[in-house]
Amino acid sequence: MTTVALALAAVLAVLAVAFVARPFLKEPDPVSDRLDELSDLERRRLELSEERDRALAALKELEFDHRTGKVSDDDYRELVGPLRRRAAETLRALELRAGARHERIPSNNP
Amino acid sequence: MAELGRAALLLSFGLVLYALVAGALAAWQRRRRLALSAQNALIAAFASTAVAAVVLWIALARHDFSFTYVADHTSRTLPLGYRLAGLWSGQEGSLLLWLLILTGYAALAVWLNRRTRDLVVWAVPVLAGVSTFFVFMLCFVSSPFKTAPAPADGAGMARPLQNPYMLAHPPLLYLGYVGLTIPFAFAMGALLSGRTDERWIVVTRRWTLAAWTFLGVGQLLGSHWAYVEIGWGGYYAWDPVENAALMPWLAATAFLHSVMIQEKRGMLKIWNMVLVALAFCLSIFGTFLTRSGVINSIHSFSQSPLGGWFLGFIVICVVFSVGLIYLRLPLLRTKTKLESLVSREATFLYNNLLLVALCLTILWGVVYPLVTQAVTGETRSVSKPYYNFFLHSFGLPLLLLMGIGPLVAWRRASLRALGKTFIVPAVAAIVTGVTLIALGFGSSTPGLLAYTFGAFVAASIALEFVRGTRARRALSGGSWFAALGELVARNRRRYGGYVVHASILMLAIGIAGSSAYQTVRERGLHPGQSMEVAGYTLTYLRTEQRQEANALAVRSVVNVSRGGSHVTTLYPGKNSYPVEGDVSNEVSIYHDPRNIGDLFTIADQLPSGKSNVLFLKVLVKPLVNLIWAAGFLFVFGALIAMWPDAVEQRRLAERYAPGAVAA
Repeated sequence: MTTVALALAAVLAVLAVAFVARPFLKEPDPVSDRLDELSDLERRRLELSEERDRALAALKELEFDHRTGKVSDDDYRELVGPLRRRAAETLRALELRAGARHERIPSNNP
Repeated sequence: MAELGRAALLLSFGLVLYALVAGALAAWQRRRRLALSAQNALIAAFASTAVAAVVLWIALARHDFSFTYVADHTSRTLPLGYRLAGLWSGQEGSLLLWLLILTGYAALAVWLNRRTRDLVVWAVPVLAGVSTFFVFMLCFVSSPFKTAPAPADGAGMARPLQNPYMLAHPPLLYLGYVGLTIPFAFAMGALLSGRTDERWIVVTRRWTLAAWTFLGVGQLLGSHWAYVEIGWGGYYAWDPVENAALMPWLAATAFLHSVMIQEKRGMLKIWNMVLVALAFCLSIFGTFLTRSGVINSIHSFSQSPLGGWFLGFIVICVVFSVGLIYLRLPLLRTKTKLESLVSREATFLYNNLLLVALCLTILWGVVYPLVTQAVTGETRSVSKPYYNFFLHSFGLPLLLLMGIGPLVAWRRASLRALGKTFIVPAVAAIVTGVTLIALGFGSSTPGLLAYTFGAFVAASIALEFVRGTRARRALSGGSWFAALGELVARNRRRYGGYVVHASILMLAIGIAGSSAYQTVRERGLHPGQSMEVAGYTLTYLRTEQRQEANALAVRSVVNVSRGGSHVTTLYPGKNSYPVEGDVSNEVSIYHDPRNIGDLFTIADQLPSGKSNVLFLKVLVKPLVNLIWAAGFLFVFGALIAMWPDAVEQRRLAERYAPGAVAA
């Protein structure tokens, strides 16, 4: 029984080691071994995307709360303007960045 | 086969240690293949741990008493189900289950998030670090694979564990406890990588909700187990180990609420990190309490060498979390401020403060006896009145906030709008309160407040569904039912959350009814004598004995009637276990559909020798069954909230797609 157990343990160990070594066995000589990292520009874009989603979700929620009577007409009028402005600002900032990116990365298509 | 189990655990140790070192190195030096290799090591560690668990399960199933663990926790007469559940009936086995769940969760989290490389690379060493501690304990401190010459039979399983709840309660609790490691690992991973965006929240949202649900259901099952098995007439005794499960659940509840403020307003980033670390550290603290032997509890394992190790690990976790949060404070600070103290986010904040205050007062109640014993050598205990005082002080306002929150708009709410939304719940609460006082329910102020606030919450939740459905129907037409379905489908987290709130309300009402308004009577009865309790007439008829497989069962036969009509016959008694030398209370319960409550009978003292008197304890617990029914609603609500939302997933995929952020 001990021999069988040890043989099974050895098989398990070999399989585990092979699985752990797989990334190196699969790509012994990779073009790049560098992990992707968010640049400052990408981080800013992510922040803007989150801000945009937040503003759009808040607008959606405000509309719905207004419909259900949770937000009065006066409150709605007061809140909707800044939220729309913020959503528009983040959308504009994202578009500007996307535009700049397209200018920097020329299309491969003729 | 113990050698295979030992070898598999040693292999797991090597793998998680490798994942810790290689994972940290890969994240630090940004080495892609090394990071993937570390992730594979975590996945392989799960496979290896699963082999170890299977070896122990086979030994338990085959009565292999050469395993000390099997001999100590099972016997030949134990049914297969309990033998398999033996994996978590002892110290070493339950540690193995913990590791199995931890590596399983870690492998799944790594696999599901393999595309979020920048975040997962730092989560891997954190997950591996936690796993390393547990597998170290199993390999070198408390091994389930110790062997000795096999005895003819095992010692058997502790009697209270021989209950169907044993099959589900501990694994569910462990799924909850261990599940809190995933949000912790990703939160710390985000801090280590210097990312303070919401990605870690998006990644761990369902994990947190699932862990929280498991922990909640596990506790509820444990309460029901105590109620029907332990035989003292209650379901929660403020036992330190019960508290140990409640505390991380409270911290996770606070986190689930405050994280919404971060998502919606970009606020409370530091607070959320603190809560996620608190929930994780409390889950490890709970394990320490159960395993260290520092407390006497029905749940705890006997004195063991594990306490010091766990204490050391808790200190490491606290120092690591606090240090990391402190180092990243500049990144976590936000410019967004609370616009008004009367807003949805403000109610969430109040809810958080109350939940954390309740959690910390319970923690102090648990820790105080340990501290006094360590400092003065005196044994002191913190009893029920202490906990009840804080439960009433913080729990009742929390209940009320559960009704107020949904009625208040985000950002700020005007008095006029508040008046409009509050009118129906307020009227419901006032009418309920006045009616209850008129009916004589004013005998318990906490009970009366719980019912009154409960009416407010129920009306508030109902109103949310009605108004939402009406608004949705006005937008898209169709039937009321279709509009309701669309309403929930479009905002599963919000309406799933309301269903969970409804379940917590049921729980609160059940607790209030069964504790504040319970009736308890105890009397000695001769055969033929009766006692009156809350409208029931209980008549003691006789005592019967029968020999069961492993016990002598003695039952008193009690006839129950109401208004002269027979209701039921109850059989409270005791079981004597000659092998274990143990006697158990076997309660007998009548579930009364009229008050959703129970008539609970305990044979405190059976007739013996010359005395033919039965000392019968009777508890009438109105509404107690709402507590157990709340569990189903709780799971249903959690499932709604967890259910994937295709629209949201598309939006998030677009937000985090490499192309979207790559400049």
